[in-house]
Amino acid sequence: MKAFAQRYCRNYGAVIGLVVLLLVVAVALLAPVLYEESPWLMVGDPLVRPFAEAAFPFGTDMLGRDITAGMLYGARVSLLVGVISTGVALVFGILIGSVAGYCGGRIDDALMRFTEFFQTIPQLAMAVVIVAIFNPTIYSIVAAISVVSWPPVARLVRGEFLTLKQREFVQAAVVIGQKPLRIILTQILPNAMSPIIVSASFMVATAILTESALSFLGLGDRNMMSWGFMIGAARTMIREAWWMSVWPGVAILLTVLSINLIGEGLNDAMNPQLRRRGE
Amino acid sequence: MQAPDKLPLLSVRDLTIALPAGGDRAHAVKDVSYDLHAGEILCIVGESGSGKSMSANAIMGLLPPYLKPRGGQILFQGKDLLAQGEQTLLSMRGKEMAMVFQEPLSALNPVMTVGDQIAEVMRVHDACPGEARTRRVLELLAFVGLPDPATLIHSYPFRLSGGQRQRVVIAMALALEPALLIADEPTTALDVTTQAQILALIKRIQAEKGMGVMFVTHDFGVVAEIADRVAVMEKGVLVEVGTVQQVLNHPQHPYTRRLIGAVPHGRAKARDQQAAEIVLDVRGLRKTYASGGGLFSKKRVVNAVDGVSFSVRRGQTLGIVGESGSGKSTIGKCLLKLTEIDGGELLFDGQDIARLSERQFRPLRSDVQMIFQDPFASLNPRHTVGRIITDGPVANGVPLARAQARGRELLQLVGLEASAFDRYPNQFSGGQRQRIGIARALALEPKLLVADESVSALDVSVQAQVLQLLSDLQKRLDIGLIFITHDLRVAAQICHHVIVMHKGKVVESGPPGQIFDAPLHDYTQRLIAAIPGKEWDPTLIRAAA
Repeated sequence: MKAFAQRYCRNYGAVIGLVVLLLVVAVALLAPVLYEESPWLMVGDPLVRPFAEAAFPFGTDMLGRDITAGMLYGARVSLLVGVISTGVALVFGILIGSVAGYCGGRIDDALMRFTEFFQTIPQLAMAVVIVAIFNPTIYSIVAAISVVSWPPVARLVRGEFLTLKQREFVQAAVVIGQKPLRIILTQILPNAMSPIIVSASFMVATAILTESALSFLGLGDRNMMSWGFMIGAARTMIREAWWMSVWPGVAILLTVLSINLIGEGLNDAMNPQLRRRGE
Repeated sequence: MQAPDKLPLLSVRDLTIALPAGGDRAHAVKDVSYDLHAGEILCIVGESGSGKSMSANAIMGLLPPYLKPRGGQILFQGKDLLAQGEQTLLSMRGKEMAMVFQEPLSALNPVMTVGDQIAEVMRVHDACPGEARTRRVLELLAFVGLPDPATLIHSYPFRLSGGQRQRVVIAMALALEPALLIADEPTTALDVTTQAQILALIKRIQAEKGMGVMFVTHDFGVVAEIADRVAVMEKGVLVEVGTVQQVLNHPQHPYTRRLIGAVPHGRAKARDQQAAEIVLDVRGLRKTYASGGGLFSKKRVVNAVDGVSFSVRRGQTLGIVGESGSGKSTIGKCLLKLTEIDGGELLFDGQDIARLSERQFRPLRSDVQMIFQDPFASLNPRHTVGRIITDGPVANGVPLARAQARGRELLQLVGLEASAFDRYPNQFSGGQRQRIGIARALALEPKLLVADESVSALDVSVQAQVLQLLSDLQKRLDIGLIFITHDLRVAAQICHHVIVMHKGKVVESGPPGQIFDAPLHDYTQRLIAAIPGKEWDPTLIRAAA
């Protein structure tokens, strides 16, 4: 574990990413403490410029809502959607991928055609359709993002299983009479974890982007302030009030970037033999 | 010794190469000195990690950047190579000294034709311009004994067999007639009959061109076959240098003695062939692999195992010997039902296990166990040794506490400390890991043990220990053992009965003494004839010692 941390820290970008992400998480957790009132509440004059009034460091929007509060509450939504939808997609993807990879043959064929069916539809288009069919709530958004993001996981897990299944220690487990479920859970899956974790970190970033895109298109949860919604609401005012879209934009950029950096750092730390790229 | 008036072609003087700090020793090689004269073959022998390839790489200037020569000289035709710049070395490589690597497949560029790759060597050094170059390539291909050079020149490496690829690599090395040829384990990845051909080729080339050849190997049989002089390395130190006669038949250093003592000698012992009860009776086993069977392409069917029959008795060892592709490993997989079987009967204690489904067979699995080939791939890196050993009994319904107690006993039985129980496989050497693999198999108290190339990845001294352990355990526990190997010497040494496989069929079957000394089938005869260093009998010094 210590060696792992050392290898991770050798990638400076990953350390910076981790610091930024922890900051975002802290801010999201502290939002109700820092701003007791709902971010939807009109608290000041409309269109206050950033850094003009001490009470509204990032300014206010055209209805006089505090952008700072919106950003803090938006972080909650982004992280929540990112983490939960990734979790759901992982569970589903690992389930499909491991069964397909372990069983092989017809089962593999059937499951992979099912997976490809989802992969042939553009991700965002399908997410929009799903959210539009159900009501746009946080649940349907999470569900939509999960539905569009599990296929790559399933393919990845299947690939790992196909190679690991041929390894001698897995054959040894068959020979000593372990049952298939036990072999999948204790022998193969733990050894397939590192690529799964790395791709999961990238999935969180993509999920945050998808959620922002949905909110931008007006398909966000009506009761939850989110970064994408803020940018969407600001688009008509982009010339009069640039700060309305810039701040949430920067927030999305930093969060997604930091998660990607973390993913890269995890990749380097978990696959030490690939570490010295270009050296 | 060579005539003192003649300057050696290559003279390595007190070469020391440091390892990065934190390794298990401070130097990769330390104070190594030896001479190589033109027209002789010097073999550098050692076990893995002895630093035997290190000085060869230093000569070619191919050391990885974290390894720096700390002292000494490498005098090549009187010039110190360590003092030369990269530019000078670049112009010398290929021209004055050339190297042949272990793995012929990775030494060749897969997307370049054989002819282009050989011509490339000459192009780099601006040798033989124009038409002459193609002629030279054809000449070289013919010289290394490849058939039909005119066609071969346009072939890609994947169309060639392993032996042919190695010949191409040798042709590349010879393109500019270097004075020094370094061969780093050039025959290790090849079958024994191919190995014999390549060794004969290297010997012929060396004699015809009068080159100095430095031959790095771990195999004393190869040494006996090819060497004029031998240098033995242990843990980065040169322990003994001398003529092949001296070193092989009158070794001075205890390490050399130990190493030669561990070489499998292939001399069959007379064994009591008592009629113990038959554990496994295989009748007409068939297994075919079909590949490429797509919608539009025709299926390619390979008969991996084609009507093989044999039987194994309690407490006895059956050897299955063959070259790669002979189907010997497929038999092992079939016996453990790791792969589907296409025909035949596997009568285990009188019950045909070939027909059982995976679910029906699972309760019987504990009776048939396997020791795998690769000690590094056969243990789950994320489980402790204790868990690896106890998993089997637990899966078969033994209470955990009892399985653990038994696991600790087994570790001692296979010669490991009980403290190994809580450690992870990566903390053990290859030989120790193979012992863990044996303990895992024994934990289920099997009646039949299948060992698939189980000692092939190990150094000879470790190999000898593991073989000894296997035969002790077999005697004590009265298990039937199926020993699958490519090494006839090992098979002859430990088996009661040997079958020789060729292209999926059993070509010869009999006691090892007969197979080794009076083979009947011409394939077996070829196989026996190809064993390197047959004339040399390592048991002589064992008797003398």
